Amino acid sequence: MAELEAVIGLEVHAQLLTRSKMFCGCRAEYLGLPPNSNTCPTCLGLPGALPAINRRAVEMTIRTALALGCRIPEFSKFDRKNYFYPDLPKGYQISQYDLPLSLGGHLEFEVDGERRSCGITRVHLEEDAGTLHHAGEIHTAKFSLVDLNRAGVPLMEIVGEPDLRSPREAPHYLRALRQLLLYLGVNDGNMEQGSLRCDANISLRPRGQREFGVKVEVKNMNSFRSLLAALEFEVRRQTAVIESGGRVHQETRGWSEAEQATVSQRSKEEAQDYRYFPEPDLPPLRVSRELVEELRAGLPEPPLRLKDRLLDQYGLSEDQAALLTERPQDAEYFQAMAAAGAPPRAAANWQIGPLQALCKESALAIEHSPVPAAELAALVRMVEAGEVSGTSGREVLAEAFASGRSPVELIKERGLIQVSDAEQMQAWVDLAIQQLPKAASDFQSGNDRALGPLVGAVRKASGGVANPDLASRLLRERLGRGGE
Amino acid sequence: MSLLDLSISELGRGLRAREFSSVELAEEALARVESLDGTLGAFLRTTPELALEQARAADRRLADGADPPALCGIPIGHKDVLCTKGVETTSGSRILEGFRPPYDATVVARLAQDGAVVVGKMNCDEFAMGSSNENSAFQPTVNPWNSERVPGGSSGGSAAAVAARLAVATLGTDTGGSVRLPASFCGVVGVKPSYGRVSRYGVIAFASSLDQVGPLAKTVEDAQLVLSSIAGPDRRDSTTAAAPVGDLARALQEGVRGLRLGIPREYLEAGLEDGVRGVFESACRWLEAEGAELVEVSLPSTQYALAAYYVIAPAEVSSNLARMDGIRFGPGEPRAPSLLEAYEQARNRGFGAEVRRRVALGTFVLSSGYYDAYYLRAQKVRTLVAQDFSRVFEKVDALISPTAPTPAFKLGERTQDPLAMYATDALTLPANLAGISGLSVPAGFTSGLPVGVQVLGPYLGEAMCLRVGAVVERAADVWRRVPAGFDG
Repeated sequence: MAELEAVIGLEVHAQLLTRSKMFCGCRAEYLGLPPNSNTCPTCLGLPGALPAINRRAVEMTIRTALALGCRIPEFSKFDRKNYFYPDLPKGYQISQYDLPLSLGGHLEFEVDGERRSCGITRVHLEEDAGTLHHAGEIHTAKFSLVDLNRAGVPLMEIVGEPDLRSPREAPHYLRALRQLLLYLGVNDGNMEQGSLRCDANISLRPRGQREFGVKVEVKNMNSFRSLLAALEFEVRRQTAVIESGGRVHQETRGWSEAEQATVSQRSKEEAQDYRYFPEPDLPPLRVSRELVEELRAGLPEPPLRLKDRLLDQYGLSEDQAALLTERPQDAEYFQAMAAAGAPPRAAANWQIGPLQALCKESALAIEHSPVPAAELAALVRMVEAGEVSGTSGREVLAEAFASGRSPVELIKERGLIQVSDAEQMQAWVDLAIQQLPKAASDFQSGNDRALGPLVGAVRKASGGVANPDLASRLLRERLGRGGE
Repeated sequence: MSLLDLSISELGRGLRAREFSSVELAEEALARVESLDGTLGAFLRTTPELALEQARAADRRLADGADPPALCGIPIGHKDVLCTKGVETTSGSRILEGFRPPYDATVVARLAQDGAVVVGKMNCDEFAMGSSNENSAFQPTVNPWNSERVPGGSSGGSAAAVAARLAVATLGTDTGGSVRLPASFCGVVGVKPSYGRVSRYGVIAFASSLDQVGPLAKTVEDAQLVLSSIAGPDRRDSTTAAAPVGDLARALQEGVRGLRLGIPREYLEAGLEDGVRGVFESACRWLEAEGAELVEVSLPSTQYALAAYYVIAPAEVSSNLARMDGIRFGPGEPRAPSLLEAYEQARNRGFGAEVRRRVALGTFVLSSGYYDAYYLRAQKVRTLVAQDFSRVFEKVDALISPTAPTPAFKLGERTQDPLAMYATDALTLPANLAGISGLSVPAGFTSGLPVGVQVLGPYLGEAMCLRVGAVVERAADVWRRVPAGFDG
């Protein structure tokens, strides 16, 4: 039997960071609020209430679609997707069926440094449902409570083409998409809290065959890791079915974190007929070319292009560039440091190293760092110029981070500027040799390890301000090993 | 003679001259409901506290002398599909029993702003589905002119209350004729505004793409005053037209001289009763005498309109009523072994037969595999119907026809035959499919029952409908006639 290959396509739902909900004036917030407190007749689905389209949500969707290279038709509409469920107060979800806001784009992403591209079928707009709180397990609970705070939050759906060929590609695709949404500022990228959700369609076919196999939809994966695990599980499961001569059934399966397996939820025969039809409460949406061009002009530089630029323009390493473009704010901070005159590679290391560590400790995003890019740049410049030791620099940064004071001021205040004055340095070097005659003679006779304590003595004699590089050079010269 | 026999402008003069107060007017209306509505059944409930509070406010406004709106202090009623804040609103359905909306429909709020005084909520066919008011879950309304006859539907309570002088004016909703038909059957004026002329926010939906709120009143002028109050764009209803409403009052004085009025051939065909034909023909003669030119026109798609309507409207119903889950509103907590059974139980008990029939019909026509054959095809017919009207309105200013092929029929006569009941709306529903303006005005009587003439105007042509309607009203001279038993 021919080797089997996986065919995978992802459907991603992203809540939009609008101020108000999709079809009413309620705030688009729901976490941590008292149940059903952020609601109105429209998002409660009360009899008589009507929707009105959130313009910002439409704009955010179009921006996303443009960033994915989609076409924006001039004419679009909303449709009703009808089904009964207690978290859906109207008995239908307002979504988009046959005339979505955008069609036909692609997403560039990387797998281990190799560039790939995946087609995007469409990006459309809909509304989120409420949330259910079961008194126990869903099937045995005596009752379930409905919270409609989330009902009506704008939800953008990004449907990917079945272009992925291995489970391993899926998390990379999703990471790239998440990164793009963060760059656009349209979604917060939080998969655990569900503001970014991912479903997958996966089928297998003999390599070389054009026709698709029978697809299975997998839901309920709320991390990159569970996405990978669920798809790898499905490949194993479907392979076993096919290799034992069976047929894969078209169905919807849910990923169970506890069982580390996908579990059948409903078969094709049980699939719902959503009875889509045009939403009569909303007029068709006409998207002017002017608006499209205006939104296109305001798009940020795409993450991968930015990464290429950081590589070219600043000579960063692949890893540095990748880390600094993870979020747009990271790249912004870095570029601000570079613009303030910090040597780029050093600046990158300071940002990725000590600064990120400090931010992580205090759970702060880098854009909220108490040390602004320009000030860190000044510190990096001093360290690179040898005016301050790296150790002092890190200490000062930590202090500046904690106190909100300027690192450069702290350096001056503490007298931490390294002394490189030759006469002064000679005096300290002489003193060190006097104090450690054994180390001096050891070094003279070829023991390199003896240099360390001598440099330490120079630093001690200077009260910590002697430039260590200069000290070791002078020690070498003084002890007759200057030429090495 | 009752104060409620007077027109709005007559009442306005009396209120301003302190001949009577708004409180007295409201009390008289409430007293008439109390004594006369028992057999009529036009009101599902009165709202005495609200009415007296609004009437006192109106009296203060009238006393301030700062030229209050024409409707200030006038007793009105709202069809029970209109959400009224804190006041039970059932749509004539068991499934909404006890539902007190936390908000006012836009039309309710606008009338309140203009000082109108709400005396109660009017009976109607359940969720406005019906042509006789016999589909109300609570009580039938009878025709004030003959208690063995229906008042028409679905705004039957609204029409009967005005005819019986229990309210000065009322609001109804017209999805396929539900304002015009009962207006014709009860001998009052009813306006169906163009789709989008009046906000649907807070109107419990029957068929969203067809529903319009319209006034029922004794005179064309009264109807115009109410329409002027409720019409116009509303940011809460995205389907409202942005165009300003303009001065509708002027239309009442303009006459019909020089107008070309079309008579749709298809509207005078099968099933037109002689008495109705006679009244309609007199109306035609009056209009000609007033200087209008009458021409026969054709609306060839008319024969398909009814079928298209009974695909599109139920399709929207099946979705609009999905929110009636029996859990969040309605009489009781469901006790069922599963979620699905809870829904089924609540909806089987809560919905009447006609509503269930239409939900089933609508669910079917939207189902995968049937959508193209039914819903999509019906939408194409709808486009053809609309094109018919656009074409004739290039040649004529308005269309005139009987509002219904017959006068009010007997209670129970059509309840066993849904198709016969549906056919009642044959002359009115094409206007809903096309979204154009229309009105029914009393033009005479046959065998003691009122007969209305329908005037159809172009999209946003409400002024034209009022203009023609006012001429028919003057010539017919019947609006002061009060049904026997309600003239005390």
